[in-house]
Parts: sequence; structure tokens; C-alpha cells
Amino acid sequence: MKEIKEKHSFLMRWTHWVNFPVLAVMIWSGLFIYWANDAYGISIFGISYIKFFPEWFYNYFHIPQRLAEGMAYHFLFMWFFFINGLLYIIYTIFSGAWRELIPQKNSFKEAWFVLLHDLHIRQSIPPQKKYNAAQRIAYTAIILMGFGSVITGLAIYKPVQFYWLCWLCGGYHFARIIHFALTIGYVFFFLIHVIQVALAGWNNFRSVVSGFEVIENTEKVNEEKTEKNGTADKKES
Amino acid sequence: MEQPIKKKVKAPLSIEHKIKRRNFISFGAFFALGGSAIVGWKWLLDAPEETPGITAGAKAPLRKALNKTELLFRNFFSNNHLVKTYPNELAAKSVRVNSLIGLEDDEDFDEKNWKLEVKTGTMQSLRIGIEEIKALPKTEIVFDFKCVEGWDQIQHWGGVKLSDFLSHFKLDKLSEKNYMGLETPNGKYYVGLERDSVLHPQTILAYEMNGKPITNEHGAPLRLIIPVKYGIKNLKRIGLMSFSDSRPKDYWSEQGYDYYSGL
Repeated sequence: MKEIKEKHSFLMRWTHWVNFPVLAVMIWSGLFIYWANDAYGISIFGISYIKFFPEWFYNYFHIPQRLAEGMAYHFLFMWFFFINGLLYIIYTIFSGAWRELIPQKNSFKEAWFVLLHDLHIRQSIPPQKKYNAAQRIAYTAIILMGFGSVITGLAIYKPVQFYWLCWLCGGYHFARIIHFALTIGYVFFFLIHVIQVALAGWNNFRSVVSGFEVIENTEKVNEEKTEKNGTADKKES
Repeated sequence: MEQPIKKKVKAPLSIEHKIKRRNFISFGAFFALGGSAIVGWKWLLDAPEETPGITAGAKAPLRKALNKTELLFRNFFSNNHLVKTYPNELAAKSVRVNSLIGLEDDEDFDEKNWKLEVKTGTMQSLRIGIEEIKALPKTEIVFDFKCVEGWDQIQHWGGVKLSDFLSHFKLDKLSEKNYMGLETPNGKYYVGLERDSVLHPQTILAYEMNGKPITNEHGAPLRLIIPVKYGIKNLKRIGLMSFSDSRPKDYWSEQGYDYYSGL
């Protein structure tokens, strides 16, 4: 017997999906701004110096001439990013959904077991509700990152008008580095997120579009078992 | 008797049916909205460029957004905040040179003959020599110079406060106009500045860098240092100063940049 289980509310689904194209445009236009003077790289023990982007990347995107364009797109889509994020946060707070989202006391320990489970090292997974411990940490972190992007973004956008924000971010120069690092963070998050979604399967993906999951329960009336089944075959991202 | 039975059979949807139905509706909406997002994005990508005028080079909707956003930030947040200053020791010894527009293409320029021309009317103008400017009270500032390209550097500049200069030469009336325009002597580089930033207490006409006369590549003999704006507005080698109520022409906003370019 199949059963419908409600999972994600309308607002959470849509703010999630709006984020995807908006963030894509923000990263794309942000790169045009960054490339105007691409100063950052990684040096490991002072030996190797890695620039973030290979030459063909620059040729493909016609980098040098596109700073103004990048800024224009960035300063339009920042509004969508900001409003969408704000909607999500306000909703999460007022609906009480934050309870399922923020990490708990033992989340950090449990997240380790989730990781072992995902790597097929450990069989069982700690009990979970809507999100498992690793998800709680990851999703809360990504919200904080979004918040950080807005704050550091404002700090480098108007360092005089928002002098106190700029100060809070460690000054203009440092704020810009954080802003850039957060962007790199999104890219990594996205890669892992997509892999996890693919692994978690259709039922989980559907719940982020249509809001519900389908649960197969063998014994119709036994609610407790439904709960357990529901959590056992759930491994979502 | 038949009808109610029929209704009863129709009324409760089976679980399978419900799932199908909800999937259909939500995925339909998902793809419809996703599609319209793509159409919207295409529209923006293919949107025509603005009509070239004082600003140019940006797509019309993007320029509109830039202008609106600028107004919001200008009206909502104070323009009177002071830029953070630093002790002299932190100033860069070798000051970064970025652009030589208006300088490198002016081979005839002779610093000895230079005078600042201030347009005071349609035909009249004032011609002010560097010695007259240096005679005015000196103001120094060490601040974090910010380039629109994203780099920043702590720099030390000295000169006369622009507001002091304007009142000394009895240009107060003119400076009440909405905008000031500045140009290099050859007219190849030009910027437009709105009154708030012109009269900002940290805006100076600089003739010194690190306590020495400004070098040629930094805009000798006189350049603008306007800390509340990106470097693109800090005109090097000022030749002409004028005042108007509408936006004067601006080199970079003709290339698609935000006219305000303020911080």
C-alpha cells in the first residue's frame, strides 16, 4: 500500500528552486567582476601557485571587456537573491521549520555516521526526521553562507555608506576575499548536492518539486512501523 | 439509485491517482515557471542597448536597474559618512597606476603652461595657476583607494579641499548646481560628479602624493581625489571644470558603467 507523506512546503520548494538560476547568474556575473583583476590564487607551502582559471576559460568568455556587464547583472540579480533568501528565512522562522533545520547537540557526531554510511563503510544510519544530521549542518551552513554573501557584498558595494558592515567584515579588502571564498563554497556545495540528490533517488527529488514523498508500507494500520520505514529508506539530500 | 453509487465510485481518488495528479500539477508548474524563467533570461540577454546619450553601452533594462538601485542607496543611506583614514606609515610607497587615458595621448601637454580652466558662464571662464592653488590651506588624506576592478590600496594624497577651493574662488553659486564636470586638458577623459560627492569634506584637488608633487602618470599637476567614489571618477590631470544641472558626460558611463560609481 502506498501512502503520501507531505514533506516540503510550497514556499520552501520555490525559494529553493529560484535560488538555482539566481545564484547561477550571480556567479556568472561575479566572475566577470572578479576577472577584471583576478588577484586570488592558492599557494601551497609557498611552492605552487594556482590561478583559479585556465587560459581557455578567459578566451571563451572574452574576459577583459566584461566588467561593466558583470556589474550591471550582479546589481540587478542581487535583489532577487536577497528577496528570495529573505522570504525563505522569514518563512522558516515563522513556520517553525527551523526546528528541523538547525543542527542539534549531537548533530556533529551523527553527521560523521551519516558520512560513513554514505561512503558505504557503515550500514546503519542514525535516526532522522526531515533532514539527517549531515543535512542539518550543510543546509544551515548554506543559509549562513547566503547571509554572509549579502553582508560582505553590501560591505564591498558601499563601503562608505555601510562603513560599519565593512568594519564588521574585517575591512574592504578582507570582505572581498570572503565574498569570493563563499562563491567557491557554493560551487562545491552544488557539486556535492547534485551527487547526493542523484543518489537519493526519484522520490526524494520529487518531494522538492511537488512537496510529497510516497511511502510503501506493508502493514497498513501500523503507524509506528510506517514511521520507521519512512526513515529507513530515506536517504535524501 | 444508480446515480449516488456512481458518484461514490468517482469521489475518492485512489492513492495512485492522487500521486499522479499532484505530480502532474506540480511538475507542470515547475516546467512552466522554469520555461518562463528561460524566456525571461533570453529577453534580458537579447534586450536592446540603451539609447546612447550621457550613458551608453549597457542593456536598457540593466541601465534602468542600475539607476534605480543607485537612487535607492543614495536616498536611503547617508552620503555624509567619512571614509576611513589611516596613519601615514600604512600608505603604499609605490602607488599603483592603472589607466593613462587622457594622459598618454596628450604629447603636446606642457605642465609649465598648465592652468585650471573653470567655466563660469557660457563664454567666461576662470584660469587658475597651480601656485594659486598651492597657496590655499592644505588638506592631506590617507585612505583606501578602491578601483572598480576590485583592487584597493592605501594611498596618501595632499591638496586643497574641493569645497575650500570653490568658496575661495567664489564659485559657491555654481557649486550649488547638481553636477560638476571635469575633463583632462585634451578632453579625452571626462567625469561627471554629483554635488554631494563634490562637496564631501574628504574630496580634494590633489597636487601631492606621499608628500611629493604628483608624478605625471598619476595626473600631474592637479588631479581629483574623491574617496567616496571608485578610481574611475578620480580624474587625473584636470584641465577643465564646469557646472551644470544635468549630468555632464562621463567617459566610463559611456562604456556601460554605473554613472554614480559611488561607494
